[in-house]
Amino acid sequence: MKMIITMIKPERLDDVMAELRASEIRRITVFEVRGYGEQMGHKEIYRGQEFEVKLNPKIQLEIACNDEFVEPICKAIEKGARAPGGGAIGDGKIFVLPIEEAIKIRTGERGSVAI
Amino acid sequence: MLSKRGVGVAVVLLLAAAPVMAEEMNVALFTANNIWMMVCAALVFMMHLGFACVETGFTQSKNTVNILFKNTFIVALGILTYTLCGFNLMYPGDGGNGFLHFSEFWIANPENGNTADYASGGYTYWTDFLFQAMFAATAATIVSGAVAERVKLAPFLIFSALLVSISYPITGYWQWGGGWLSEAGFHDFAGSTLVHAVGGSAALVCAFLLGPRLRKYSADGKIRPILGHNMPLATIGAFLLWLGWFGFNGGSVLSADPAVTSLVLVTTNLAAAAGVISASIFTWIIFKRPDLGMALNGALAGLVGITAGADQMSPASAILIGAAAGVLVIFSVQFFDKIKVDDPVGAISVHLVCGIWGTIAVGLFGEKASATQLLTQLKGAFSVVAFTMIFSFVFFGLIKVLLGVRVDEKEEVEGLDEGEHGAEAYPNFAGNAGIL
Repeated sequence: MKMIITMIKPERLDDVMAELRASEIRRITVFEVRGYGEQMGHKEIYRGQEFEVKLNPKIQLEIACNDEFVEPICKAIEKGARAPGGGAIGDGKIFVLPIEEAIKIRTGERGSVAI
Repeated sequence: MLSKRGVGVAVVLLLAAAPVMAEEMNVALFTANNIWMMVCAALVFMMHLGFACVETGFTQSKNTVNILFKNTFIVALGILTYTLCGFNLMYPGDGGNGFLHFSEFWIANPENGNTADYASGGYTYWTDFLFQAMFAATAATIVSGAVAERVKLAPFLIFSALLVSISYPITGYWQWGGGWLSEAGFHDFAGSTLVHAVGGSAALVCAFLLGPRLRKYSADGKIRPILGHNMPLATIGAFLLWLGWFGFNGGSVLSADPAVTSLVLVTTNLAAAAGVISASIFTWIIFKRPDLGMALNGALAGLVGITAGADQMSPASAILIGAAAGVLVIFSVQFFDKIKVDDPVGAISVHLVCGIWGTIAVGLFGEKASATQLLTQLKGAFSVVAFTMIFSFVFFGLIKVLLGVRVDEKEEVEGLDEGEHGAEAYPNFAGNAGIL
């Protein structure tokens, strides 16, 4: 069992979800988060004072899956999240982590059937 | 007051019909005037919702309950204290010395109060009181934006009560109550000085005595913007104020006189529009970006600016006054930021600076423009502003010494909603509401 955590640009979420659905992935959790990487922050103006917005809005997805789904999920995310025209700074990252245990609350099932 | 055309029609009717007919005309005119004045009172009342929205929008979400509470309480306080003593301190009738005159506590309808005799057929005593009470509450509400996000609630409410029940009526009496300024020929049609500069003066003194919000300036003295949390609300507020100004200036005609009322609504709106355009273009040039907050301030600046001479100006002069106010307000906001007088909503710039500008403009443009009028305008604005500032300095200073006026650092950081009210404006996280 693996946990896939990915940070993407908010405007790419629809495409990522469409790609995941096309790959028959139907279990995701989405967070609105803030952060920066190579892209860094950006400048804004409030009542005549310029200031730096250090943290950009991002979307974080968490997807728990069985091992055989890792590849199709990562492919789908990459395809959906990469900016048109070959990608751009700030497109995001994907991390794959091991999961020790999974429990389905409704049935009490454990392990890979719980996912 | 009858317009030329109104007189013409009335004369024709008088010639054609019996005196009974004239009397009926008179009642009809009195009724129409009175209805207009009541509508205007209601419009000015709505400006309080405008102030509440502008202040909420331009400040942080953690202080929203506090700001809305202040704005709700002060309107009610203004109306009640005006009933108790404000109205009779501002309009005490004849026989005063021109500086300070108080007839009696409480309001009471005089014998002719419900007849056309009371105010040349313009309105009844009750309407008079109501319209003026709404104005008084406006002057008090102006201050709350400048002190937002750090003022201790109870001490500020005490100060507001003093300002609206004593200070505002005294300076109001000088001009509108028939005091020394009106004798001197001062012209302040709807209160650029008497309402806006009064509120703005108190705002300046209070913001100065309070000091800036924490984190407004970095350790090396640089200005750090503290973002307002809801620009749509600030925009709604500015539009409500603009709408309310139809009543604020329109009602200051003190009748529904067709010629003057229509002119006043036109000059009022031209100035507001010019304020928006000049502030927008100006920010676009100097900040390289069009600034919504400043465009909204520009509308209010134009409105405050035209208020002293809305009955005097040609359309071109109104546009000029409004446009100048729209630029002035931006310089002013930057200036007060620089000298570390922290005014989260720009109340000092809009109401004090543009209020004084509008008052001076009566001496520069329009029907009354002349060197002597300009001097009188300066004298009037200076006296009212000086009186209000001294009054505010003494009483807000006294309250500061006796009770303290500023919340502690922890409360300011966590927000006045939790600190003063134990409440949140947006309690929408599941699990937080419900059983203790």
